[in-house]
Amino acid sequence: MLFLIIKRILLGFITLFIVSIITFVGTEVLPGDACTTYLERQAFGEQLEACYRRLGLNVPAYERYVSWALNAIQGDFGYSLSGEMPIKDVLGPRIKNSLVLASAAIFIGIPIALILGIITALWRDKLPDVAISTVTIFAMTIPEFISATLLILIIAIWLEWLPGIVIVPTDVSFLELLPNIILPVVAIAMIMTAHMARMVRSSVIQVMASEYVQMAILKGVPYWKMVFKHVLPNALLPAINVVALTIAWLLGGVVVTEVVFNYPGLGRLVIESISNRDLPTVQALAIILASIYVSINLLADLLTLMLNPRLKTLQIRK
Amino acid sequence: MKVDNIYKEEKKSAFAKLSEIIITMASRPSGLIGLSILVFHIILAFTSPYIAPHDFKAIDPTLMLQAPSAEYWFGTDDLGRDVFTRTILGGRTALTITFFGSLIALLWGGLLGIFCGLVGGKIDDVVMRIVDAFLSIPWILAMLLIVSLLGTSTEVLIPALGFFYGKGIVRVARAATHDVIAKDFIVSARARGHSNFSIIWNEIIPNVRDAILVEGAMRWSWMLLGFSSLSFLGFGVSPPTPDWGLMISNARGLMSFAYWAVIAPIVGLSSLIIGINLTADAFAKALGIDRSTKAPV
Repeated sequence: MLFLIIKRILLGFITLFIVSIITFVGTEVLPGDACTTYLERQAFGEQLEACYRRLGLNVPAYERYVSWALNAIQGDFGYSLSGEMPIKDVLGPRIKNSLVLASAAIFIGIPIALILGIITALWRDKLPDVAISTVTIFAMTIPEFISATLLILIIAIWLEWLPGIVIVPTDVSFLELLPNIILPVVAIAMIMTAHMARMVRSSVIQVMASEYVQMAILKGVPYWKMVFKHVLPNALLPAINVVALTIAWLLGGVVVTEVVFNYPGLGRLVIESISNRDLPTVQALAIILASIYVSINLLADLLTLMLNPRLKTLQIRK
Repeated sequence: MKVDNIYKEEKKSAFAKLSEIIITMASRPSGLIGLSILVFHIILAFTSPYIAPHDFKAIDPTLMLQAPSAEYWFGTDDLGRDVFTRTILGGRTALTITFFGSLIALLWGGLLGIFCGLVGGKIDDVVMRIVDAFLSIPWILAMLLIVSLLGTSTEVLIPALGFFYGKGIVRVARAATHDVIAKDFIVSARARGHSNFSIIWNEIIPNVRDAILVEGAMRWSWMLLGFSSLSFLGFGVSPPTPDWGLMISNARGLMSFAYWAVIAPIVGLSSLIIGINLTADAFAKALGIDRSTKAPV
């Protein structure tokens, strides 16, 4: 058990190490470095030299990688190109804002997804299932920017219930943020909930068809007792991993949603730094987003390990 | 003579199998709807240049933001261009790029996955770690970086999309290969002394093909979503080209009084994505593969 946990954590670190190499090599190999893209037409002679020296681009690539990686581990990502600010100062409030958005969506989304998934599975192919499944397919497949745009059009412009675009400074307090955040949260939660509800549904259906559930039915266990005691614990276990992957995958969707609502989070920073060709910030963002992805997956793996009685006995037998 | 006959019979049964699959797909209401939407969009993509009532790039300031009328069915946009014309033309680029992108993704992802599943060992470990690392970089960041540095031409977008959406297929192909690799017919092929290449081509591919194709169909809809998100963010096809993502992002600022300019491309893009998704679902069900338990990776 302990061995498995340590192995998962190590694998996570190896993945991050490879990600760091990929982003570094990627930004290095693609034509144009930070200085030539930043200076554009003035990229020659003394100005170029000065820029190289300022960003430390005049030393060999592997040396730069090592010093960059060592600093990045300590949370120091160097200086951004356009703002001349330390990247960690730029990132701090952005990460906080995005976390508020994502966690609100997750806290709303997971319970709703569980309820919808269980309902659709228990009433499989009946009216509740058909109705809910149709809605989830729509919510899941329509791109984030379309559902976000429609939400703004209907709720903010036609009904005038909520502000459609977030116009607040980056370091705003939570209470001031609240009315602005409702629509973006709904936009993200909708897609996430739909994905998760479908996974919970198929997981529950699989367990309902298994032999021990048939056995429980034959033994005369009351229906709801069987559902809550035998079906759900086993059905939700494999769903944890899938839910984690969905959340991690939605990082991309959060970027688009933040742009649509003009929300001052990490996602908009991604677009801004790429438009400005701010490669140091892009590298930092890649590492941070990949770390979030890896840690969510790690968490899900560990949770599954801890909750799964079968894996425990497997270790004892060994 | 005898060998020839067997070969012909197989050919025929493959065609019969395909039509059987399509009939099975169309027998469910969701599959029928998905297939019809997809076919409609494909026909539209081929015929739209000939049936478009107006010039898609004709700018006319006197016709700015006209409401839908008999002349301009879906109204006009902020430059006085016909929204109907631009909407029916809007799917062509997206469909072409994502179709070829998915083909590339299927090919490299499928082959690498099968290869890793077959050889196993150190090579497999290393490749899978790298694939995992690529999976953990958000697709949008990687795509944005590539197009902002290499440009947004078709020659860049197709391989870039093909590469980034293929890494998930590697895992599926590898898992499917693991399922068949311990079967007797592979063991006996090895015992007969067949090469790895021959085993992959004759024994593994026919058995994992269905799983990979289903995965590829699914990738197609995700790739379309990704591609239109890029256009929406201004990193996709360049402005005069009619493209749904681009049209939505242009018309969005004015939607409080010209909602038609944003609704038309929204309907176009959503219906295509839903069509592909329903078709992929029906395809999976017709082949007996459950895709709903899989996470979008």
